[in-house]
Amino acid sequence: MAALPEEMQGDLQTHFDQTLERGRRIEPRDWVPEAYRATMIRQIAQHAHSEIIGMQPEGNWITRAPSLRRKAILIAKVQDEAGHGMYLYSAAETLGADRADLTDKLIRGRQKYSSIFNYPTLTYADVGVIGWLVDGAAICNQVPLCRSSYGPYGRAMVRICKEESFHQRQGYELLMTMMRGTAAQRAMVQDATNRFWWPSLMMFGPPDDQSPNTAQSMAWGIKRHTNDELRQRFVDMTVPQAEKLGVTLPDEDLKWNTEREHYDFGAVDWTEFMAVVRGNGPCNAQRIARRKAAHDEGAWVREAASAHAAKRGGSGGSSPPEPALRAALRQDAA
Amino acid sequence: MEESPGQVRSDWPLYEVFLRGKRGLNHVHVGSLHAADPEMALHHARDLYTRRNEGVSIWVVAAKDITASSPDEKDPFFAPSGDKAYRHPTFYEIPDDVPHI
Repeated sequence: MAALPEEMQGDLQTHFDQTLERGRRIEPRDWVPEAYRATMIRQIAQHAHSEIIGMQPEGNWITRAPSLRRKAILIAKVQDEAGHGMYLYSAAETLGADRADLTDKLIRGRQKYSSIFNYPTLTYADVGVIGWLVDGAAICNQVPLCRSSYGPYGRAMVRICKEESFHQRQGYELLMTMMRGTAAQRAMVQDATNRFWWPSLMMFGPPDDQSPNTAQSMAWGIKRHTNDELRQRFVDMTVPQAEKLGVTLPDEDLKWNTEREHYDFGAVDWTEFMAVVRGNGPCNAQRIARRKAAHDEGAWVREAASAHAAKRGGSGGSSPPEPALRAALRQDAA
Repeated sequence: MEESPGQVRSDWPLYEVFLRGKRGLNHVHVGSLHAADPEMALHHARDLYTRRNEGVSIWVVAAKDITASSPDEKDPFFAPSGDKAYRHPTFYEIPDDVPHI
């Protein structure tokens, strides 16, 4: 952004503040404080990366799905995750981020993705549990984000939430089917639940008293509920689903609190969470290596498509990497 | 087109995508994507934005070809319509007992 005279900056800040106070959305090319832009890009990019990396744990099972029906469902689901990543990168670009740069930051480990995807998928029951718990937690997180103050992000979330419902339901249905099966299949479901329950609770992020950015994010309307509120909501929603399914959630402290009218639950192991976030989870290195390999192996396709477009007189290879909208954005501020 | 080692490059231009949800509706902007040429943009748009019958017609437009007004709704650009209340039917006082108006 070009530097602005101080008084003009003040006007813009006032206008930005008023837009938020009135509950209106911020749209691309609006003036926003640099910290809002940076936070928003980081949030959207991290979300996009999570969708892209999130294809891997389940994609692992596409070739080994137990029936053609399950295989078709799983392919559709993994394809959706790719789509969600694309919607989100598209939203990040409206803030001036560059998609190639975001991919680069992911591959170099300079931007994060949800730590849940650093856990392995050991059995086919994991596919069901990911749909039920991981996508269930994602829905809890994402539904309030449909009202994010940043318009393109909110709109992407609306689209994503509609599709997540399919993800959760296919997972739960898969688990119900396995629970009607053999004792071994029921044991697989219980085992997968045991492994994914706590990491799912970690998806909501650190406890409120250790989440210093929450207040600012709520003031900006880019976060609508605190981590602990959403975690509680998820637990309350999930316990009856577990009962119906016939699995036990691996927490001895889990019980209904009549006073609070919520479920109490045990302490999350935040040291594990921090270790996984820092890169020491079971699959961190594998996930990034796979993403990098996919990108490198696709290089010739990207080059060939650009060469083909250039040959046909298209704008493919020769167009400037800096889209005009972004240039216009800078002109607006000048 | 050369990629320096480890460095991600994007040479595919950005396209904005517009969908007609069903017959009788306008095309509406739904997002953007990168593609090598317009034809690929159309295919990508189909895969990305119409996986569940969300559209019966797609437009893709190179983002660089879009000319846009300033985003601010209070911009003087829109002033000409701001002070012309007489363009709205509610500007005119008509007695309640006048029928069909």
